[in-house]
Parts: sequence; structure tokens; C-alpha cells
Amino acid sequence: MSGRTAQGGRIDRAQRLAFQFDGQTMHGYSGDTLASALLANGVRVVGRSFKYHRPRGLMAAGGEEPNGLVCLRRGDRAEPNVRATDILLYDGLVAESQNRWPSLKFDLAALNDRLSPLFPAGFYYKTFMWPASLWPAYEAVIRRMAGLGRAAERPDPDHYDKQYAHCDVLVVGAGPAGLAAARWAGRTGARVILADEGAEFGGALLGNSQRIDGGSGMDWVAGVAAELGEADNVRLLPRTTVTGYYDHNALVMLERVADHLAQPEPDQPRQRLWQVRAENVVLATGALERPLVLSNNDRPGVMGAAAAQTYANRYGVRPGRCAVLFTNNDSAYPAALDLALAGVEIAAVVELRPAAPLGWLSRLDEQGIEVLAERAVVAVEGRNAVTAVRIGKLNEAGDGIVRGMSRRIECDLFCYSGGWTPCLHLFSQSGAKLQWNDAMGCFLPGDAVQPVRVIGAANGDFGLQDCLDQGAHAGNFAANQAGKRRLGRDPRMPVADAGPDLTAPLPIWSIPGGGRGKAFVDFQSDVTAADLRLAAREGYRSIEHVKRYTTAGMGTDQGRTSNINALGIVAEALAVDIPQVGHTTFRPPFAPVTLGALAGRRVGGLLDPVRRTPMHSWHQANGAAFEPVGQWLRPYYYPNFGGNGVGETMAAAVDREVLAARTSLGLMDASTLGKIDIQGPDAAEFLNRIYTNGWKGLAEGGCRYGLMLGEDGMVFDDGVTSRLGLNHFHVTTTTGNAARVLDWLENWLQTEWPELAVYCTSCTEQWAVASLCGPNARKLLMELCPKLDLSPDAFPAMTWQAAKVAGFETRIFRIGFTGELSFEINVPAGHGPALWQAIMAAGEKYAITPYGTEAMHVLRAEVGFIIVGQETDGTVTPHDLGLGRMVSGKKDFLGKRSLSRADTSRGDRLQLVGLLTDDPDLRVPEGAQLIAGASPAPPQVGIGHVTSSYHSPNLGRSFALALLRGGHERHGETIHVAYDGRAVMAKVTAPRFVDVGARAK
Amino acid sequence: MNEPRHEPLDHLALAAVQTRPEDAAVMLHAQPYQSSFILRGESDDVGFLEGFRAGLGFDLPLSPNQAADGGAVTAYWLGPNEWLLLGLAASESLTQALAGTRHAMLENGDGQQIIALSGNRCRDVLAKLCPLDLESPDLVPGRCARSILAGCSVLLVPQTDGGYRIHVARSFADYAWHSLTDAAREYLPK
Repeated sequence: MSGRTAQGGRIDRAQRLAFQFDGQTMHGYSGDTLASALLANGVRVVGRSFKYHRPRGLMAAGGEEPNGLVCLRRGDRAEPNVRATDILLYDGLVAESQNRWPSLKFDLAALNDRLSPLFPAGFYYKTFMWPASLWPAYEAVIRRMAGLGRAAERPDPDHYDKQYAHCDVLVVGAGPAGLAAARWAGRTGARVILADEGAEFGGALLGNSQRIDGGSGMDWVAGVAAELGEADNVRLLPRTTVTGYYDHNALVMLERVADHLAQPEPDQPRQRLWQVRAENVVLATGALERPLVLSNNDRPGVMGAAAAQTYANRYGVRPGRCAVLFTNNDSAYPAALDLALAGVEIAAVVELRPAAPLGWLSRLDEQGIEVLAERAVVAVEGRNAVTAVRIGKLNEAGDGIVRGMSRRIECDLFCYSGGWTPCLHLFSQSGAKLQWNDAMGCFLPGDAVQPVRVIGAANGDFGLQDCLDQGAHAGNFAANQAGKRRLGRDPRMPVADAGPDLTAPLPIWSIPGGGRGKAFVDFQSDVTAADLRLAAREGYRSIEHVKRYTTAGMGTDQGRTSNINALGIVAEALAVDIPQVGHTTFRPPFAPVTLGALAGRRVGGLLDPVRRTPMHSWHQANGAAFEPVGQWLRPYYYPNFGGNGVGETMAAAVDREVLAARTSLGLMDASTLGKIDIQGPDAAEFLNRIYTNGWKGLAEGGCRYGLMLGEDGMVFDDGVTSRLGLNHFHVTTTTGNAARVLDWLENWLQTEWPELAVYCTSCTEQWAVASLCGPNARKLLMELCPKLDLSPDAFPAMTWQAAKVAGFETRIFRIGFTGELSFEINVPAGHGPALWQAIMAAGEKYAITPYGTEAMHVLRAEVGFIIVGQETDGTVTPHDLGLGRMVSGKKDFLGKRSLSRADTSRGDRLQLVGLLTDDPDLRVPEGAQLIAGASPAPPQVGIGHVTSSYHSPNLGRSFALALLRGGHERHGETIHVAYDGRAVMAKVTAPRFVDVGARAK
Repeated sequence: MNEPRHEPLDHLALAAVQTRPEDAAVMLHAQPYQSSFILRGESDDVGFLEGFRAGLGFDLPLSPNQAADGGAVTAYWLGPNEWLLLGLAASESLTQALAGTRHAMLENGDGQQIIALSGNRCRDVLAKLCPLDLESPDLVPGRCARSILAGCSVLLVPQTDGGYRIHVARSFADYAWHSLTDAAREYLPK
């Protein structure tokens, strides 16, 4: 392992792990990331860039890495676009580079780079505009070229978890500031959650060599982590990224539970999505090192100085043999020292500022490291790896280099340090504004608009002591805000050694003098400084537009390393200050979230609740096909029921069921009907206001069909309501509308008519309903309840009685939905299955036939009963349906005024009719348009549409219901139905096809 | 004749599943049918409140999310004018006691399934499905709360052993059960 130091680092050299990258077997250690292991194995090129397919290497050691995106794992567990810096190495890990063909070393599409003058900013917008008809062809090519990784094509075998959490203090980031905050909040007894992206707590201390209380920084981290780990009130979540910050301190976090394993343990989720409500939030999200924009600054071997330092200190990896560092602030100096200590030869530190800081200068001097002040690296040489850098002196204006002062230094590692960008994505998502600080050259948090504090480097306080102090204070404060008692000052507050001063960088947005090489701003989206300047020249002023035009700041890293440089370059090009340009909006998610984690366990059978009726198991056992109706599963039809052969088609089964209900006996599970219990002295008055028809005259024991309208006069729901007592009614609603109707009733009661003494309570679930129908229904019921007088005079239609059926206490309603003699038997749900079976057993002599929703639809349409939501669509009045007789002229009710509007009372509205196609075997589809002309060719004037269409075994032909313009006056006319490119002739009839006559008495 | 009854989870043949050790990290038990009623009435109606006390011998809980233990019957506050009376076998005597007051009673035991969730990880399981703060002092034994569990409405009743009784509407019982067992996967004995 050429790149590995002899000792040091937070890796376990006793645990050697084998892994594969692009088919080649390599080795690393426990504690490595894929990124550090690749570097240790001397891998420089890890991917090809998005647009130009340029070879790219690792630039960062953390979540800001723009280049190192790989496809992790194989087959159905393959996951594209995962950052190598986020992947913890495990034995047997398999990863592949992306966006290259045929191989990483030789990529045909790298031709794009040579052709780059053809791919300026806004390339897509400019190039593929003409001719428009060719766009589909362009799109196919672009789709093949675009994107990075490829998603797995088979279902993900793993499962994903979701969990809600509540806490007093959520601390985001477990660097020194976050750890201090969590520790102090935890000591107050507050409920604390500490979440960090990394597998190990410590933040910047993992990568630098700063000291606390005379010991190593990581010793301090270990002490705090141990204290927190023992506290019951603190939940520690490593490998957890806070991805979104929403209103009312609701935050979303993604925990990578098992991504560091080849595959999760049995029953272990791969990832868990946390939804957190926090009383207070402490953001200790740190800062990101900015690249410097200069010619060919994307060559493999170009890396952030702090990243290189982290690879050396944390992973014991030398990211190169010989390095040049280029800085505009102090942070490159300790990096140079640490790299030198790890055995990297430091060829030079190039300092943009007029002078290097004296303290650091002397320490570098001791190591014999040359510092070149007031100089700039203007270009990087090499293609698949850095081979040298060119150094020059900038002129007064900073827009060119002074001739004759150039120098070339050979190296294989070039480290930039362009200053630090506080990581304020989450703070911005919380709704707060950022404020530009000119002296520090970065955005800092503005005023918080939610209970949140930003501390440490994220707040622009880069010093370690500041982080520790602010953390302690913020933790204490946040817990106090959440109602916990404030702690006094601890005499043993940690004391840190002074580190580099990062507060005074010399901002420079791009380095001139590099010649023709591309100077990249956004590495992942392949956007150069020239692209941004072009956008400005072409008239783009808003940074949001510049982002969309150039794609700067897009991609999975959302411009973490590029945003500020892009702003600076655009501001320069527009000759305005950075605050005038502003910044693009930070939107969730902060980091990519897998679709699996978002779905959680709501997949497969748990996608949405499936509601089962009490008799569901019987239906299943008897071979029912099911139909979802809202969340309910209802029997659709029962193929091959009762030994009716095998392979019975749906059409045959439905015909059989329909005929049985008309000629002998059918039984349907109607348990899903919405049922609402209405009680109170004003119940009848309440129903009078809700329904179009009158209720005060309904006798106890009586049932009545009712129509509910919206305020707009349109039919909203229908159903039969029965009077159980003087002040007691039982309302039924359509299956899919039950909850909406109850809400509607409560809304009127609570907001408009509080004076009415009425209680509405849902009782849908309490009752199982077996709807018995057919000419033999009475005979069967007489057998099952011999004591009840079922004669038409004693128990007429539209009445109900309480009675024992087969020994069960029931309510029998003489109502139905088929036109036949019907009894709807309601029984407490626990007795539903037993009652159903008793009816089925007793009905055998009548060849009793269970029927499903499709037969029910046919049966009701044959007699012209509407279904709300099928014959109605929110634009249909009772008059349109031919139900004008249901509308009371005497009393007031919801929707009444709307019925007298000119539009609702005109005669040529769409009105319900029956339709019989000339071809009796043709079933026109529901939704088919009715047209006036005999030719289907456009343009056509639509005169209505088909709402229901079935085959009727009773008629021996097809039939349909339709809404037809002025239909009530057009019975007997022939109209046309546009169907299948034809105009099908159909006769308009009354919406009633079967007359049940006296047998329904 | 009131037999045979069919419970909402009979089809799962849970008896076999429920022979797990009693010290498992998560235990789920489908509770047998319990008679219950919904009572509606006005909490500022002295006659109604006195009638209730006369009928059942204890006071209706009037603050949100309170439960009141009346021995055989427990009353759960569901809303400003709505209570669940769990364990009430018949309504006649209470109806008499409330005669003349504005109220409504409605049997609902058949429409409910109660699932008992217990074990030392039961709170983690519930936290995967229910957005309430389960550590809140408002959600301790003696309290109750209506909330959601995955996609269903539930009534949560914390138990003194740290577990919960989860009341779910009958038609949702199968879905709720499977949501719970899925959420418990991590903690169930292998």
C-alpha cells in the first residue's frame, strides 16, 4: 500500500479488509472510507466528470466531495452516485466508477472535452431548439449521455424504517462545538439528540491535530462521547444526516443503519428516516473549505488542504508524494506541517496574501518548507494526474500576472485553501436569511426565525476555543429555553490550544493568467468561470437564473464547494457587490435521500390501509375477486362459486350473479356503507336542513331515501336514512364518502348551527350488513326469523324492524339497491360472519348466490339507481338526475338557493338518460363522448357522456346510462357515441330498463 | 344466542404467534372482544354529569386525554363532548340515569379491536408509527390520546407496565397488526 503511512491514523491496522474497485481487488483497514482506501492504494482517477468526461480524483474527505461518486454494491442492492467519502469500508465491498465507457482509463465521451467550445453555458437551450420535431431524437441521445450512475433495475431486497422522535434539544453536528452543546444540554436533564453525518464523532478534530486540555483533541472527544453515551436522556446518532429543516422545528434525518455492512442483518433496516420535533435546535454544522478557481484545477491530485490533512491524520494516508499548497488564509499552514509529518514532501506553500503569518512562517521554516508570499498558483499541469503547477505574481489589479515572474514546480499533489464557507444550508432552510460578511469573505447567519442557534465554524467562529465555549453556552441555553434549569459555569471548562486564524482570508474568486485551461467552479456539474461570465454577458442578472442556465450549484452536492465562488465571479462580472447578487435558495434535502427511506414501511401490503369487512375471510375462502373501493376491499364477483365449474370468466360470473338476484336469491356484503348515528331533540330539524327532502313527517320505524347537496346545489351524497326513535336516526352514506359526510355534518353543526342539539357519531364499524335480495328473500327470512310477520302489510318496503335472525339480534331494513324484494340485515360486526353463514346455509335450497360489486352495479343500473361519483361528478343537480321530486319546495336546505340560479335551472343541462346502442352486443366504454354529428371526425360538439355501461343478462343486451344535453326531452331520439374512431348509433331511453313489477312488494 | 363471535384478527391464527416468551423485547396481543359504548353529552351540563355519577358510580373525566377508572368500566375522554366507556356491558341503567339530559349513547364494542403492545422496546415500535411524543407527561397511565398509527386512527392507552393498549377500528385491525409487526421486526426474537 504505497500511500499508507507506517503508523498513525484512526484505522485498525489489525483488521485488513479486501474490497473491489472497478473489478480490481484492493485492501484497506477497518476505519477507512472507500475514499481513503482508494488513495492508500494509489488510485488517483475515481470518476469522469458529468459533461466533459474529464478524469477526476478525490478533492474532499467529507460530504462536500463533488467528484468521488461511485456505484456501491452490485445487482439489486446497487446504489448509484454514492460519495466514496461517505462509504465506510467493509470486507468484500464492491464499487464501480461511473460515467465512463468503456473504462475509467479510456472514456470515449472524453471527446466532449476536446469539443468543449461546442458546449457553452446554456448549451441545451441553444442547440436543441430547431427543428422542434427532432426533439425526441435529441432527447434520446441526451438521456443516454446525461446523468452519472445507473439505478438498480430489480426491486430492493432491503427494508427501510421510519421513526418519529421528540426532544428538547437537537444538536446537528458532533464536532467540538456540537459535542460541547450536547454535553451541556444533556447535563441539565434535557432530552437531547446528537446527530452527525460521520461514523465517528469529532468533526474537524478527526482531521487536524489540535489539542484540548493538554491532551489530543480526540481524547477530549472520547471523554465527552462516553459521558453522553451513558446518559439516558441523550440519543446519539452517528451516520445520520439532517436533511431537512421545516416549520415548527420539524427536522428530517437520514440514519444509515446498515450501509456500512455488505448487507443488513436479518430484519435490520438499511436506512431509517427520522422525523424530529425539537423544542430547540443547535446547528454546529461546521464549515467547508473552498477551492480556488484556476486553470485545470480539476486534475486528479488537486485536493483541499484540510482534506489532505484529514487523510494523513485520520486515515494514515499520504494523498501524494510531493505537494504544493496554495492558500489565501492560515489554514494551509498546519496542513502543510501535518502532511510533512506524514511523509509528504512539501515543495512549497504559495501564499496569495502579501505576507505569510509570522508564527506559522517560523514553524514551516523549522521544517525547511519554502513559503512563496504574494504569489499565486495560476495553472495545474497534467491530465490523468497532477504533474506540476505554474506559479506567478498577480498584477496590482489582480486581473493578470506580472511577466517574467513565473515559476514551475513539479508535484503530484496540489492543495488549495480558498477560505471557509460556513455550512448554513439547514439554517437557511429554517427560513432565516444569511448575511454577507465582507471581512471574512463568507455568509454568516442572520436573525433566526425559529428556536435555533448556530455555533462554531458554522457561525464563522472558527477557533477551537470559541467552538467549545459557544457549545457549552448554546447547550445550556437551549435546554433552558426548553424548560430545564440552567447550569452554573463549570470550573473545568475545556481549554484549547490556539489554532490557525481563519477569519481574515484574502478573497479572490478566480485566478487569472492560467491560459486556455478550464477553470472549474462547480466540479460536479462541470461549470467553469468562463461559463458564468458568459451567462452574465448574455444578460442573466438573477443568481437563480444563472444557476438554472449554467447548472452551477446543482447536482447531488448542491454546490457545496462552488456556490460562493460562483457568486463572487458573477458579482465581479456584473460589477456589483456580493450582497446585491444574493445567494440561491437552499432547499431540502441537504444530502440525497433514497426513495426507499422516504417510502419507509409504506410499501407492498402496507402502502395504504386495506379495510376488511367482517365477512372478508368468508369471501376469500369462497374465491371472491376483490375490488378496492376507497380503502375498502369489496368482493367484486365470485368466479366458479359453489362449484360452477372452473375458469368462469368475470362476464359469466357477473351474469350468473345478476340473474340469481332477479330470479331467486342473492346476498351481498354491504358492510362498507357509511353509517352515522344521529341523536338529539333537533335531529329531524338537522336532517331537514341537510337533505333536499323533508324528514319531520317520517314515522318511527320508517326509512327514506335522501339527497345531500353542496352549497352549489350539486349532489354531494345520497343514501337511506331510518328513524330509530323520535330523536334518533340512522344515516347511511356511500362507501367512499362516509368520512367526508361526517365531516360535512360536523362542520355545519359546529360552525353554523351550534344551537341545534344533535350528536353525530360514526357507527360504520359497529355493524355488519348482509343485503338479501330476490323473489325468494321473504321466504328465506321467514325461516330464519319465524316469529316476525314479514307480510308486505306488516313489514312494507321502506320500513325497518328489530328482530332476531338465526338467533342474532339484528335490525332489518326493507331497503335495497336492486329494485328487487330486499332486506338489509344489520348485525353487530362480531356476529356478521356467523349470520352470513347461517343465511348461506339456509338459502341453499334457493341456490342463494353471493354477488359482488359488479353485479350490484348492473342490478342498480337496470332499474336506474344512480351512484354518486359515477352518474354525478360535482356538476349534477337533483333535477339533472330526474330526481326533482326529491327536492322540497316547502322548507330550506343546503344548496337550495343555488338550484334557482339561471344556470342550474336552464333546460338544456346535461341530464340523465338511458342509452341502447343499435348494436346490442356493443358495450361503449364509460366516459365515451356523446356527439351530435354522425361522423366522429373533429371538430365535434360534445353533447354529453356515458356514465355507466354494462351487459344485462336480463335484457340480453348492452345498456348504458348517460348524461345528455337536454336529455329529459330527447327520449326516443337517436344520438351518436364517439367510440373507437367510429360514431356509434344509440337510442335515448328513460334511465330504467327492468321493471320488477309486483314481485318487489 | 351470541355465539359464535368472530374477532377482527381471527384470520391470522394468532394463538400460535403469541406463544413467544413473556420477556420478549416486544409483545403483541390481540385482545378479546370487550363491550363498550360511546357517550356524548355536554361537560358543562351538571344534570348530565350527576346522572353519569348516579348511573356508574364515578365521575366522567372532563379534562382532555384523561381516563377515569370506575372499576368494571373505564371512561376515556375522546373529545369535548365524547367519551368511550370501556367495559360497560349494557346501557339500560345508564340511560335511565341520564334520562331527561341531553346525551347520546351508542354501542361500539363490535367495531373495535384492542391490541396490547408491551415489552421494553414497545415504545420504539410505537414511535415508528405514531407521531405523538410518547415520552410526554401527558401520555402516562391514567391518560389516553387519539392519534394515528401508520394510516389508521387509533386511541392509545398507556399501561402501568410501560405498554400500550391500542384501540383501532375493526376494518383497520389487520392493517394495524401488520404495521406493528413490521415495525417490531428489529426487536422480535429470531
